Amino acid sequence: MATLIEHSSILIIAIPLLAAFLTPLIGMASKKARNVLVMASLAFVALLVFALARDVILNGIHVYTLGAASPGLTTPGGGVAPVRIILEVDAISIFMGITVALVSLVAAIYSLSAMKGETGQNRFYTLLLLMVGGIFGMVFTGDLFNLFVFLEITSISGAALIAFRTRSADSQEGGFKYIVVSAVASLMVLFAIGLLYAQYNSLNIGALAAAMQYTMLDKIALVILISAFAMKLGGVPMHMWLSDTYSVAPVSITVLLITASQASMYALTRTCFTLYGVTLDSAAVGWIIIAIGILSMFIGVTMAVRQTDITRLIAYNCVCESGFMLVGLGVGLAVLANPEALAAYGITAISGAIFHMINHALFEGLLFLAAGAIFYRIGTRDLNQMGGLGHTMKFTAILFLLGALASSGIPPFNGFASKILIYQSVYQFNPILTIIGILVSIITLAVFMKAFFAAFTGASLPQYKGTKEAPKTMIAAMTILAVIIIFFGLFPGLILDGIVRPAADALVDQSPYINAIMGAIP
Amino acid sequence: MMENLPGNFPFVAAVLLMGVALYILIFRRNLIKIVMGIAILSSSVNLFLVTLGYRAGGVAPIYTEAPEGPMVLPVVQALTLTNIVIAVATSALILSLVIRIYRHTGTLDSEKSRRMKG
Amino acid sequence: MSKIVRTVANQLILFVLILGLYVIMHGHVTPGGGFQGGAIIASGTIMLIVAFGSGEIKKWLRERHLSVVESSGALLFSLLAFAGIGTVFFFNFLIGSRVFGGTPPTGPNPGDVWTGGVIPLMNLAVGLKVMAGLSGVVLALALFSSGEETDE
Repeated sequence: MATLIEHSSILIIAIPLLAAFLTPLIGMASKKARNVLVMASLAFVALLVFALARDVILNGIHVYTLGAASPGLTTPGGGVAPVRIILEVDAISIFMGITVALVSLVAAIYSLSAMKGETGQNRFYTLLLLMVGGIFGMVFTGDLFNLFVFLEITSISGAALIAFRTRSADSQEGGFKYIVVSAVASLMVLFAIGLLYAQYNSLNIGALAAAMQYTMLDKIALVILISAFAMKLGGVPMHMWLSDTYSVAPVSITVLLITASQASMYALTRTCFTLYGVTLDSAAVGWIIIAIGILSMFIGVTMAVRQTDITRLIAYNCVCESGFMLVGLGVGLAVLANPEALAAYGITAISGAIFHMINHALFEGLLFLAAGAIFYRIGTRDLNQMGGLGHTMKFTAILFLLGALASSGIPPFNGFASKILIYQSVYQFNPILTIIGILVSIITLAVFMKAFFAAFTGASLPQYKGTKEAPKTMIAAMTILAVIIIFFGLFPGLILDGIVRPAADALVDQSPYINAIMGAIP
Repeated sequence: MMENLPGNFPFVAAVLLMGVALYILIFRRNLIKIVMGIAILSSSVNLFLVTLGYRAGGVAPIYTEAPEGPMVLPVVQALTLTNIVIAVATSALILSLVIRIYRHTGTLDSEKSRRMKG
Repeated sequence: MSKIVRTVANQLILFVLILGLYVIMHGHVTPGGGFQGGAIIASGTIMLIVAFGSGEIKKWLRERHLSVVESSGALLFSLLAFAGIGTVFFFNFLIGSRVFGGTPPTGPNPGDVWTGGVIPLMNLAVGLKVMAGLSGVVLALALFSSGEETDE
């Protein structure tokens, strides 16, 4: 068991990839065996993630050197710099890992019934497992170029999955926009990695952080990295691909795409907090991230008001919620150089933003899955054509309402817990930001009430008379998310002290991260 | 920079290529031209990476039958090879999407073939 | 295409295959390796498609077989990486053993193929995957543009 945990960081990445390569061969033989393989590998990976989480939070950072004589041997032979690709799992990485594990399991359960009649399911599950392996690789790696490679794996498999239903022209266009934006963002990330390598002769994040001197070229690299990761996560003004893409993909893939955007946000925080740390001009960079966040909140909710397509509405809500996370992280970054302010409200802001990351994945996932269940039954996403579905689709209506209330920050759901943390801490930094946040939440509630009343209440329309409830596996997947949402909302203290606070502590202090890699060097 | 412009010219060329590629991606509407823009952007980043490794008078970083002299940096060449592989996969995917869009909408103009606005 | 082109393509495909396999297997001593050799063989496939037309080649290179070769190449790579997990994942457990286990001398040397441990086998796995994968991609694009309505 101890050796399993020691190797678990690479097993969590390698098992989905191995299952992805096995899926075409086994799928040619039997469909049931392929479905069992997919579910079993994702369930096993989720167990490993929880075991590793317990170990990381109790015992500190896990380091794994690929190909060395022992996993912790980062600098062999008494050298001065780390060699080989090193995976480094600290509290924020394993927090993202928990999010991905939960979401991917739910997405796979939902896909079992949502993809039932389609052809080419072998390719679908292969690409899904590749994408999950890519997201895990992005959050567990301690090497910048490895981050780039896994970012590309995630983007390419994601774009192929968005365009999976080839009969629909919209999904081809959504996939095209996604791959163009991702390719440009990734190439800019590679350019910045080249700049950093040229100066410090290392690709390892810990070694770069130890050697960082914030020269002019480092400033250029920081700007390029922040812009590229903001482009990938859908921050305004690079948000336009998000609604086109999330609305036309199969909804289980949309749920995974949200997690991929969260992984890009993780990469952004890793760059600002750990790679640059206290060397950067934290007030200026913090305010830039706050500005991107405020714009995302405002433009996200404004565009959501005028949507008539239910999934585009939820997608613009995603933009708005990303804005909340960026504001929390920006406030934490802005006071990074100021120890009293950091202890007073900076850590709370970062904790709120991190807690909101997992809450965002959960309630947006629930909203998209419910919208997908509606689309599965009646074949349209247009709110003007829906009406009175709540009479027959009772569970779907309740789950959609739950997701909508959680997203607007209504107690006792999880959105309230994370948003109140962000409001409290940001108020002490600058009161206007909190007021904008509260107004945006109120408008979000109004938008979702409009959507709920348009779709589910009212008289039953004659063309939907025979619609049944959504299939059992879809309801099961949505119920898992709903139970977790209610649990996080009723007992936020458990989650905050257990996994969120260690993650926030790991972000504000880069020394444990650097010492885990370079510790042997005097 | 100006005092060593002949030596620094590959960097200038890489940035000029990047400028051309970004111009194409922003201002051109034909879908195939957008694909070419991404390919040119990828080539410019590859050129930048390979030039970073150059050492004056260096030879290829291969020990088999190596001549005398310093060697250029091998790590950036590995980064460039990985990027070329990724560009191949991206180009294959994006070209198949362009063919599908053409089949559905009958045009390659991005203004006429887009159906989702707002 | 005309008779001359088809005959020349028939003769040249053999040399292309040999060059591709040479580049794959010597990846650890000379420039090259899995991706480069696989791309050379895929360009041989392109030559055959241009010479004979995709309809002809579709009868020889069936998509099912390409998929099997591709998946087994990727599986071989993963299994070789997993095989070292007694020590560490990706550990080069074949150095010093009887398969590819020689130790290369340091500094410039005349290059010995029988070194490298697990690296030449991984090159072979990657070469199989790239060869099958790129040929499949090119064949699919050629079939699709020439109008065969395959809905995959």
